[in-house]
Amino acid sequence: MSIIVGEGTKLVVSGLTGREGSFHGLRNRDYGTDVVAGVTPKKGGQEVDGIPIYDTIAEARAERGANTSMIFVPARFAAAAMEEAIDAGIETVITITEGIPVHDMLRVYWKAREAGVRVIGPNCPGVLSPGKANVGIIPAQFFERGAIGVVSKSGTLTYQIGNELKQAGLGNSSIVGIGGDPIVGSDFIDVLELYERDEETELIVIVGEIGGDAEERAADYIAERVSKPVVAYIAGFTAPPGKQMGHAGAIISGSSGTAEAKKEALEAKGVSVGKSPTETAQLAAEAIGAKA
Amino acid sequence: MDLLEYQGKQLFAQHDVPVPSGEVAADVESAVAAAERIGYPCVVKAQVQIGGRGKAGGIKVAVSQEEAREHADAILGMDIRGPRGEGPFKVHQVWIERASEIEAEWYASLILDRSAKKPLAMLSAMGGMNVEEIAEKDPGALARRHVEPGEGFGAEQAVALAGDAGIPEQARGKTAELLSRLYGTFTESDATLIEVNPLVLTRGGEVIALDSKVTIDNSALFRHPELAKLEKGAVEDPQEQMAKEKGLTYVKLDGNIGILGNGAGLCMSTLDVVAQAGGDPANFLDAGGGSKADAIVDALEVITSDPKVDAILFNIFGGITRCDEIAKGIIEASTRIEIGVPLVVRLDGTNSEEGLGLLADADLPNLHVEKTMLGSASRVVELAKAGAAA
Repeated sequence: MSIIVGEGTKLVVSGLTGREGSFHGLRNRDYGTDVVAGVTPKKGGQEVDGIPIYDTIAEARAERGANTSMIFVPARFAAAAMEEAIDAGIETVITITEGIPVHDMLRVYWKAREAGVRVIGPNCPGVLSPGKANVGIIPAQFFERGAIGVVSKSGTLTYQIGNELKQAGLGNSSIVGIGGDPIVGSDFIDVLELYERDEETELIVIVGEIGGDAEERAADYIAERVSKPVVAYIAGFTAPPGKQMGHAGAIISGSSGTAEAKKEALEAKGVSVGKSPTETAQLAAEAIGAKA
Repeated sequence: MDLLEYQGKQLFAQHDVPVPSGEVAADVESAVAAAERIGYPCVVKAQVQIGGRGKAGGIKVAVSQEEAREHADAILGMDIRGPRGEGPFKVHQVWIERASEIEAEWYASLILDRSAKKPLAMLSAMGGMNVEEIAEKDPGALARRHVEPGEGFGAEQAVALAGDAGIPEQARGKTAELLSRLYGTFTESDATLIEVNPLVLTRGGEVIALDSKVTIDNSALFRHPELAKLEKGAVEDPQEQMAKEKGLTYVKLDGNIGILGNGAGLCMSTLDVVAQAGGDPANFLDAGGGSKADAIVDALEVITSDPKVDAILFNIFGGITRCDEIAKGIIEASTRIEIGVPLVVRLDGTNSEEGLGLLADADLPNLHVEKTMLGSASRVVELAKAGAAA
């Protein structure tokens, strides 16, 4: 098993005819992902390296059985593309595009919830299940198949940690980049729930950063619902105060949103927090070694 | 993007949120002329994006033309620091408005609650202090209510919030009306934060926004050309200014080690490991995904223009970013600018062997290649200490 993407993924890429969309869409296919279609309005009937293009996601689903969509269109059209995917009955929408207006994401978030559609992102590197499927821009060469589930707000930091795990001889069930935007389709908690249920995953690594309170809420969730060991890393201890968030935001979360507060919240619930990506990988290796 | 007080008030006025009438002025003569038109008493307010303006002497009441002149002269050009030592911010503009007869001061705000994924309205009858102080002193005094996205902040909800906050019964209707309009401003302008502190009940029984703090979502500026073209609060730091012109994500810090990473998370993590190794980062610079050689040259120009920098660390883990592009940028930069301080480079990930090969061939002076992130952090800290001692 793995989570979110895997052997059953049939991917339609919105924006496959664009420069970035075609580069990554084809890379995903080369990795083994079943990329069944691309969507670009008014370009239906064309092909990108043998992948058929449709005008709408609904057509791509009807003709090719697409169940997962990757959104790679420019920011100002991305929310509409996500809504189109939801309306078309797609099960999972993974949005790589960055710079989507946050009020648009609010609307999309609730629409997706009501429709029961899983959204990952926006502004995220996507989801990789090593050896099975890669949807997004995660460089697959740094990750091996294995038992560690990773969920992260940050792209490059995840590659760093993945690479350290690989060097320690460890692999991953899945790597999920949830994105660092104020409103994301799936939070740490949503992904933790999936890893807890996933048979292949024996240990979970969460990679957080300053801002918001997703890590604090994850800590509470782990204490109540997660039986598997969890290791965490938080970036931003030296971030300058006052630059990360507005005053009113801190009150809501009941936390300052600082790295220190997040670390304390996680440690209080028994999660070990690494000081550096390297130490985090070591902690994960020890924890999984102890378990084996 | 944060609006200046007067820009926020003008935005409020466009959405029929009551604000005192006023005018903005950039020199003493215009300020005096504005005061004459507005009448006395009037208030002269420094327009800088920082709290604590009043305490810093940036807000004064004038009862005559002489006083208006005196205050405008004192405030324009003044350097104001924030409560946590931010800045200094130079005052380039003042806002002159009619003084309000204040019966009571309250607090109101609208923010995006990231956890609940809904806008949140907050209101308190406690005024004259910031939201942290209210929450600390008496959490119950801060009434809160989530707004269902797409449904709007209706009169019934707003009146209930005013009741929860302990707003006097006779003022609840007007407060609720103002809040509903504020919510309209929030959604229609793509704001992520609107704070009114104080929200004021006047002796005449009106409810008006006496201050404004508005943050607009940068990602939505494409559909608000009128906001996008507003004059920004000046960026005072020369490196931040330079980075902005070059389109780089740069934040100035106080230390002496220049940092470049790719991706915000890795870059923050780099600052952390440098600090753990006993160093003091001079900046945060995220080269972003897929950086090409030109961006690296620009980044080095910005980092080296900071005279405090004694050593530089490039921590790159190439995913989309190709390490050979980074190496090319470093080599190119060395022919165009005087780097002048030791540069520690750690390249890993996509095309790292090619990149390291290019660097080895170029054999640049004062360039130190390290294999690991932690190794590179210790090395740059050593070199910076040696540089600072020299």
